[in-house]
Formats: sequence, C-alpha cells, structure tokens
Amino acid sequence: MLKLINITKSFGDNIVLKDLSLEIESDKTTVIIGSSGSGKSTLLRCINMLSEPDAGIFSYKDMTLNFSDKLDRRLEYKFKKLTGMVFQGFNLFPHKTVIENIVLAPITVNSIDKKIAYEEAEILLKQVGLFEKKDQYPHELSGGQQQRIAIARALAMKPDIMLFDEPTSALDPEIELEILKLISKVTKGNFTNIIVTHNMNFAKEISDKVIFLEKGQVLAEGTYEQLNTSDNVRIKQFLNTIG
Amino acid sequence: MSRELRIFIDSFFPILITGLKVTIPLTLIVFILGTLLAVIVAIIRIRKIKVLSQISWFYVWIIRGTPLIVQLFIVFFGLPKMGIIIPAIPAAIITFTLSVGAYSSEIVRSAILAVPTGQWEAAEALGFSYIQMMIKVILPQATKIAVPPLFNSFISLVKDTSLASTITVTEMFLATQRITARTYEPFILYIEVGLIYLIFCSVLTWLQSKVEDKLSFNKGKSIKKKEKSYVEVN
Ligand SMILES: Nc1ncnc2c1ncn2[C@@H]1O[C@H](COP(=O)(O)OP(=O)(O)OP(=O)(O)O)[C@@H](O)[C@H]1O
Ligand SMILES: [Mg+2]
Repeated sequence: MLKLINITKSFGDNIVLKDLSLEIESDKTTVIIGSSGSGKSTLLRCINMLSEPDAGIFSYKDMTLNFSDKLDRRLEYKFKKLTGMVFQGFNLFPHKTVIENIVLAPITVNSIDKKIAYEEAEILLKQVGLFEKKDQYPHELSGGQQQRIAIARALAMKPDIMLFDEPTSALDPEIELEILKLISKVTKGNFTNIIVTHNMNFAKEISDKVIFLEKGQVLAEGTYEQLNTSDNVRIKQFLNTIG
Repeated sequence: MSRELRIFIDSFFPILITGLKVTIPLTLIVFILGTLLAVIVAIIRIRKIKVLSQISWFYVWIIRGTPLIVQLFIVFFGLPKMGIIIPAIPAAIITFTLSVGAYSSEIVRSAILAVPTGQWEAAEALGFSYIQMMIKVILPQATKIAVPPLFNSFISLVKDTSLASTITVTEMFLATQRITARTYEPFILYIEVGLIYLIFCSVLTWLQSKVEDKLSFNKGKSIKKKEKSYVEVN
C-alpha cells in the first residue's frame, strides 16, 4: 500500500495540492479523475519525483519519505525507481530505435547486461504486439504504437507502481480502447496502476477504485459504481460534463 | 609559360602543404577543444551552478566583447611582460579555443534548451542521473540542432586562423606573405591562397551535409538501413 499523507505542493502563490491524503492499494488500478487544473498531473509528478512536494509524507513498504524534513536523496531515488511513468505525449527518444528506447534505461541506469536487456525488451515488445517494429524509429510509428512502446519502456525498468498521465488523450477514440486493453493486459495484478484520465469508460473498465480530485484535494473516492451513483452535486455535475 | 602562372603553380603546393600541416590541424584542435569548452560552459549556465556560472558569464562577456586580434596580442605579446611566456602555436590554440568556446557556448546552450521538456522528463522518470541524461538523451538531440550553426563557426575558424600570422605562426597566410615578399606577385598569390581557403571551406560544407544526413534520425534512416540489410541478404 502506498500512503500519501498531508501532501502539499504549490507553485508560487498557487497551492495545487492542499493537504492531500490518499491510500493506493498495491496491485490494484486506481483511476484519478477531476477537472482541468485540479492537480492530477502534479500529483503523479510528485509520486514520480519529477516534482518534490513542499510538505507531507510518502510511505511505501518499509520506506518513509518525509518532505517536511531534509530528504535522504538516496531513499528518494530508491522510491523514484519504484515508479514508472507513461506520458500523454509518449516522449519516446527520437534518436533511438524502438528497441533501443526500451533497453536504454535498463542498461544505463540499472547496468543490466546488454544481452539480457535486449532479450527482455523483445519479450516486452511481443507483449505490446510490436515486435516487428523493433528496429524502426519512433517517428515511423503511429501515436498508438508509440504509446505502446512508451508503456514497454516504462515496464522494462520493472517498477512496482505504474503512473499513467492521460495515456490516451493524444490518440483517436478507437485507439483509446486498444491502449486501455493493453494496459489491463500487461499490468493487471502485477503492478500498482495509477491512471489519470478524462475517459469515464476507461475508469469503468479498468479501475478498482476511482478518486475524484478537486482543487488539490480528494473530494470523493470509491468504486466506479459508487461515484457514478453518488448524490454529490459536484460529482454529478462533473460526470455530466465529461459524458 | 608566363612568370605569373609559373609562380602560381610553383607556390601552390608549398602553400597547400602549409595549410595541411598548420592551418588544418590548428583548426581541428581548436574546434574540438573549443566545442568541449562550449558544452561545459553551456551546462554550467543551464544548471546555474553557483560561482562557476558567474565566471562563465564573465568569460563569455569578455571574449565576445573584444577583438580576437587584441586577445591574440595580449596572450602572445602581453603576457611575457607578466613573466608568462607562451610559444606562438600554443598561444594561438589557447586564444582561438577561448574564442570558439565563448561563441559556441551560446549555440550549444540554445540547442540543449531546444530539446523538448518531455525528453528531459522521460529520462528523469526512468531514473537517469543528470550526466547520463545529458550523454544519452539530451546531447545527441541537441547535436542535431547545433550542427548547422556549429559548422558555421567551424568554417569561420578556418579563415580566422589566418590571424595567427600576426603572432608569427607560419600558417597558410603568413606562408603566402613570405612568398609574396620574395616574388612581388601579391595579386596572383593572394588569389591563390584565397582559393585554397575556399577549397578547405568547401570540403567542410560537404562534410556538414554528410553529418546532417547521418544525424537525421527522423528522415527515413531506418528505411535506408533496411534497404541495406535487404541487399546484404541477397
Ligand atoms: N511547473 C509548474 N509551474 C507552475 N504552475 C504549475 C506547474 N505545473 C502545474 N502548475 C499549475 O498547477 C495547477 C494544476 O496543474 P495540473 O497540471 O496538475 O492539473 P491537471 O489536473 O493535470 O489538469 P489537466 O486535466 O488540464 O491536465 C494548474 O493551475 C497549473 O497551472
Ligand atoms: Mg494533467
């Protein structure tokens, strides 16, 4: 279980996460919804350590990171490496082939033997169904294919927690479903997924739990059904606007 | 054969050889050292490393704000007054390197900053250290952006090395001056040395297009690769 306790993050005067507390169950899929600017991306970026919270505590397994104290950089890095991130814009490395994109971090960061890294990458490529594209460059792939590679690239680092920030927002609606299925297929049960999305079908299909974020705080949490049938005016309003 | 033509032909190889022995090595050494310096200065300024960043700013300010020939004279003629004696060629290498480093640092800096944020974040999210990220992800992409302007300074540098003649380095231009002093044929000889500079710069222009082709990872490089392997298989 990943616990976030009283997390605060501001940019200048703009308090983006306000004393936010959350519990994320291991090996389950948590979907985060909320209107634009509510702090969803900021939350994921904090978990991935791309941004550092101003205050609060992360606790995971035997690790505790207290952002109000002086941070132990090594512990922070250890935690960071437990997380993998998939971005809305894919962000594949354009100067590397598909397979090089996948092996680069395992070889560089984890000093994995090259041969093993390539073997593992080939297995991942088969899982995401793009083995035959392994020597192509990212620009030669469609958006959906690029996102599959980005997922494989994150999985290659063997994280515990996979973070997805609107993984299908840059894609055509019909491809959204495909990526959704892929995420379920390659991660279900083995990874703790945290997925930010605007797509409620997505939440319905894949989530074990949905968290509704509003102005940097958790407004509601529960199963998809619970949120969908909630009486809360704000939630109803939100669900209506995004359809 | 006219006297001019004979002098032209007779001096062609001596001038060219001086070019190959002095001008080209000087240019290459300075370009490599200067570009390395530029990368270091650029990273210091991007990371805003305390003190070093201020020193870098000051260095770029001084070098860009004063004539190269003045810098050469200070290093070669001025420093001996302070007890620091540097022979002509090292003095030229040091001064030109500082100059290339300053100008190119701005090229490298803007090229690094032109690599999209998503690339930095993807590398960071995968756990790359700053140095790993620079070497494996950012600099390869920045190189592609920086190649045209860097070649511009490379080509300028070939010609700027002629200034080393003023501090007694016998490079191509000084060699020509010496032949001129002997033969009194300034017109034909300066045209000749100009032509040889033109040849050197044309080679560099050609080289630039080769390098750009090689770096164009989003223009069908893998297609070419595939074609090659297809040929090999058959
Ligand atoms: N690096 C930053 N510097 C300054 N402000 C930022 C930064 N990143 C985010 N913000 C601000 O934080 C707030 C929340 O942004 P965030 O990207 O987390 O929202 P979001 O819920 O992901 O929205 P969206 O659905 O549009 O992606 C916004 O007001 C945004 O302007
Ligand atoms: Mg967002």
